Amino acid sequence: MVKTRRTPHRERSTSILILALMGMASLFSSSCKKDSQPESSATTASAPGAAAPAPASSTLTVGFVYVGAKDDYGYNQAHAEGAKAVAAMPGVKVREEENVPETVAVQKTMESMINLDGATLLFPTSFGYFDPHILTEAQKFPAVTFLHCGGLYDETKHPKNVGSYFGYIDEAEYVSGIVAGLTTKTNKLGFVAAKPIPQVLRNINAFTLGARSVNPKVTTSVVFTGDWSMPVKEAEAANSLIDQGVDVLTSHVDSPKVVVEQAERRGIFSTGYHASQAALAPKGYLTGAEWNWAKVYTGYIDAIRANKPYPHLLRGGFKEGFVKMSAYGPAVSDEAKKKADEAKAGLTAGTLVIFQGPLKDNAGKEVIAPGVSMVQTDVNLEKMAYLVDGVKGKLP
Amino acid sequence: MNARVYETLSIRVGALALSFVLFGGFVALAGADPLDVYYQMYRGSIGTWFSFQNALLRAAPLMLTALCTAIPARLGLTIIGGEGALVLGGLAAAGTGLALTGLPGSVVVVAMATIGFAAGALWVGAAGALRAYRGVNETISSLLLSYIAIALMTYLVEGPMRDPTSLNHPTTRAIPPDAMLGNIPGFDVHWGLAFGIVACVLAHILMMRSVFGFGGAIVGGNLRAALLCGLPVRRMMVIACALAGGAAGLAGMAEVAAIHGRASDSLVAGYGYTGILVSFMAQHEPLAIVPVAVLFGGIGASNGLIQRADHLPDATVNVLQGILFVVILASETLYGRFSLFRPASKKDEPLSSAAPPAPPGPPVPPVENLPEAAA
Repeated sequence: MVKTRRTPHRERSTSILILALMGMASLFSSSCKKDSQPESSATTASAPGAAAPAPASSTLTVGFVYVGAKDDYGYNQAHAEGAKAVAAMPGVKVREEENVPETVAVQKTMESMINLDGATLLFPTSFGYFDPHILTEAQKFPAVTFLHCGGLYDETKHPKNVGSYFGYIDEAEYVSGIVAGLTTKTNKLGFVAAKPIPQVLRNINAFTLGARSVNPKVTTSVVFTGDWSMPVKEAEAANSLIDQGVDVLTSHVDSPKVVVEQAERRGIFSTGYHASQAALAPKGYLTGAEWNWAKVYTGYIDAIRANKPYPHLLRGGFKEGFVKMSAYGPAVSDEAKKKADEAKAGLTAGTLVIFQGPLKDNAGKEVIAPGVSMVQTDVNLEKMAYLVDGVKGKLP
Repeated sequence: MNARVYETLSIRVGALALSFVLFGGFVALAGADPLDVYYQMYRGSIGTWFSFQNALLRAAPLMLTALCTAIPARLGLTIIGGEGALVLGGLAAAGTGLALTGLPGSVVVVAMATIGFAAGALWVGAAGALRAYRGVNETISSLLLSYIAIALMTYLVEGPMRDPTSLNHPTTRAIPPDAMLGNIPGFDVHWGLAFGIVACVLAHILMMRSVFGFGGAIVGGNLRAALLCGLPVRRMMVIACALAGGAAGLAGMAEVAAIHGRASDSLVAGYGYTGILVSFMAQHEPLAIVPVAVLFGGIGASNGLIQRADHLPDATVNVLQGILFVVILASETLYGRFSLFRPASKKDEPLSSAAPPAPPGPPVPPVENLPEAAA
């Protein structure tokens, strides 16, 4: 009985599709029929040349993919600022796509940039893009270079046309913590965090250690929201922390916008993350830990265009210029500026180490033995699973 | 064929054309060249074989999540919890794949599909049971159950099921490679698309061509009448909801088995919510879901090119989806209003794109329960 009804239905269904695509019926029906195989290879092969508006041989087309909005005052904006610096380089064309989820959608976005835009270098910037999406595409397109933010590259397992970079932003969090510790009057700092993963814990701990290095009475209360972009929960967490007497708020979520705005509205201080949120809180914004991806991206592109080998695993902090501080806000005292600048100089020179023993977690257990000093390259830092003494909060 | 088919076709064509004209006006206001936007949409959605496959690939999960709303809709139930069923289906499938590591790939795939279906069925079936036996509003309960499902997935993926080596992006361990669903031969599209199409066809047969479906239509049309007929209304509600949830669970299984290879928060990608939109636009007709899902897939596929070539923000396609949704639903009031279609007449294009806006008419489909779709 299905068979008898098939014709009208198929006609109706197909027609909707055809119309939707504004009368491009011929292409649809021809590609749907049995000649799909040859057509497939023909079109795919010819697509880059035919579609890309004839790039001069020296023009490099670079694609940037973001998981959120590129003006989010946060993670994605930091990358988009890097992309802007790349776009300003001569002979480079930048194509950007935002709000691409960590699903097959990002694979298709990468392929679309390669097939339709002629991109040969891609920066898929979200941490979750790496496995399996970038790894799949890198195998499919060995001539294209994929550079990923997160530092996940493993040369024993991963394709040669993949690289991964990351920054030691806990250095900037430590400096932010110093400013917060010298600004707070209640000695209560608040931290709105997404997930209890090593990278986030490292930032919470560095922030707290920085604050307590100048003001041992300080404690940091942490609220985990459970995911990277939960504006409502972030606002609720900010409010509840402020109600508990916190007078400096900071965060590690995709966009600190809500937290910083809420702090300003309630008349307390805040420090930023990812990018500068100073414009959102002209009174209470103290400083913030920012990425400086412009430096990383232009460096990569210079190396690639000069046909020099580029580092597959690239990491850096203040010294390499991968992270930076937001300019100090009006509420920062001269003493705080001086202490913060000193710490920054020490971190840049490598004379100051954030994580060194003896260090206890907030349950009193020793996590770094006396005499042990964990410099930034120490792999143990990548596995951090504790909150240091002075942090109020519990890991699930 | 007959006048009815032409009427349907013309109204659909007119609605789509009007939507695209309105959208063109919108992008012109946003400072882009509408013709170039149309061209980029064409190039991004069907202009090349790659683009068309991209559209199909994006349509695959939407077909299954749309069924999650469409099947209960026949019984008058508005289920919007497809996202949770998809997430749980994916999680259960990953768990099954991990538990059965070592068995032949095909066995594992079948087991993953079955358990993924069952997990989704249990979840939405629970919303149906709450409605049938306790009178709890199924729209609210399915949405709230969906949040619980996501929280449960997060807890398990970050806790008991976590792969200890997944440091900064918690996931489960990977399922065995031979249990991964490959691509349909000759296509760069995974088997999830075939699942979707087959499920839509089966749902069509069940809901439009079977005794169960006919009974369902009675339940949806007049609950009292159905009860007076002696139909097992409660059981039918639970079954319909379970099948609906199973379809969404299968979408989650395909995401895990064809793409991710493991379960993580990447499963929460909004397919469940977009599926609601697809179902409403297809008027909850399972066969119509297929082309509507492809339309949405095509819009999604062309989204990137609009951003990259015309420098419009990502939300542009949401505006197009919104326009399509409103115009198509409004166009439903036009049926029977054109004398042209009453006798078996000739075709031609009777409805110009400048058709007057739908006059207020009584038979508007119930949309007031639809929440803001997160697309």
